[in-house]
Amino acid sequence: MEKLKVMVVDDEPGIRSGVSRILNNFTVSYPFMDTDIGFDIIEVGTGEEAIEKVKSEHIDIVLLDNKLPGILGTEVLEFINKNKPEILVMMITSYASLELAVKATNNGAYDFIPKPFTPQELKSSLENVSKHLFLRGMTRKMNKEGKEIRFQFLSVLSHELKAPLNAIEGYLRIMKDKENGDDIASYDQMIDRSLQRVKGMRNLIMDLLDLTKINFEKKTEKFQDINLGEIAQLSIEAMNPYAIQKDVKISLTDEENIVLKADPGDIEIVFNNLISNGVKYNKDGGKVDVKLIKTDNKVNIIVEDTGIGLSKEESDKLFNEFFRVKSEQTRHITGSGLGLSIVKRISDLYNGEIKVESTPGEGTSFTVILPM
Amino acid sequence: MADIKKTVLIADDDEDYLFQMKMYVESFGFNVITADNQKEAEVIIQNTKLDLAIFDLMMENDDSGFILCYKMKRKHPEVPIILATAVASETGISFGVDTDSDKKWIKADLYLEKGIRKDQLHKEINKLLKI
Repeated sequence: MEKLKVMVVDDEPGIRSGVSRILNNFTVSYPFMDTDIGFDIIEVGTGEEAIEKVKSEHIDIVLLDNKLPGILGTEVLEFINKNKPEILVMMITSYASLELAVKATNNGAYDFIPKPFTPQELKSSLENVSKHLFLRGMTRKMNKEGKEIRFQFLSVLSHELKAPLNAIEGYLRIMKDKENGDDIASYDQMIDRSLQRVKGMRNLIMDLLDLTKINFEKKTEKFQDINLGEIAQLSIEAMNPYAIQKDVKISLTDEENIVLKADPGDIEIVFNNLISNGVKYNKDGGKVDVKLIKTDNKVNIIVEDTGIGLSKEESDKLFNEFFRVKSEQTRHITGSGLGLSIVKRISDLYNGEIKVESTPGEGTSFTVILPM
Repeated sequence: MADIKKTVLIADDDEDYLFQMKMYVESFGFNVITADNQKEAEVIIQNTKLDLAIFDLMMENDDSGFILCYKMKRKHPEVPIILATAVASETGISFGVDTDSDKKWIKADLYLEKGIRKDQLHKEINKLLKI
């Protein structure tokens, strides 16, 4: 259980012990919170003491009476707002004086409780404050995590973009300095490699454009009824020249003529990325089978290949951005390492799931399951 | 005496960078052994007498270069190491081996940003080998 620290500032001992009694066994829970919230109570009798506590201890909530023997509650409020604005202050106003309550909220009190109050009134006030504190904490945490993810993405991206630039620049320098002599033929391999790296960079840029298109928000206004088979067919046709080159056959099984409500751009990216992987990481004479199957209220998009397969370790990292399988067999295959992470993101966006089954050396099967 | 060539290990998963570094370092008159992944480099560190090592930072792990530095210094504390990476300082990730606190955790003798010129590389290597 999470505990919030509540300080009660009131010169009447009866009020202080009453508040303690009511809140000691009280917990707040909401369906969206992982854990219940309980309360630790500190009691003080004067404004001066309250300020000392605020200075020396971590406090989440202050229940503050205005009429105190020394300095007034409003002065304590002022001090807190100036020095510890993250503390939430609830004013306890003696005779439900509206004027004071308004003045206090204008001066930064979060809320007020009219005195005398029933245990239930106190509890519901505390419930509100707790919810507010919880949500404030979550928002902060999410902003921070979002920033970290973006930062990580950018730093890896800059690495991925700089590596090919360095390679190409290196080859150009070697040629400029004529390290291999005057015969241009002796630089053939370096020129080929440079062109390969340019191609790799171009692929990366195309994938980044895909990423910006998805934008990770469901744009339902772009949703329309789309025939999955048709999109799959278009994608296969686009990939065919490359498949013929690699002697890989692509087939489509679509017996049910499935229609799905979705953004056609998103679905196209799913097919393009899965099918092109199936061809790229295949063997000569291999196959890629695309199957569209309807079960219950779900669409199964299955792309099976007879390619090089994946180890368990590789499958686990497969959907991470910029992850690429590195082996003797994949050495000359260019790729950005973004394709599958994009497919995963789209599948998440549609509340779907993605599964991968693979046997090293025999092939891999991807299944994207989307609700209809 | 002069004909005993010094041996340099270069580990990098970018085959083009590896090719270019090998070409340069060989042209400086060294023997070059290459590894294109961390695991292979670890085996070479255990079995080979080396005079210098150049490690890429990010290979199969994001911190492959750091791990190799540690393993190398444990086995051959006297052999100098250059850590090379393309991670740009403009992303905010920047580190060097200039301060004492850096030296405590980065077990490399020199940190290089990739794309260094040939003559500069030659100078840095000679400095580390005290040639």
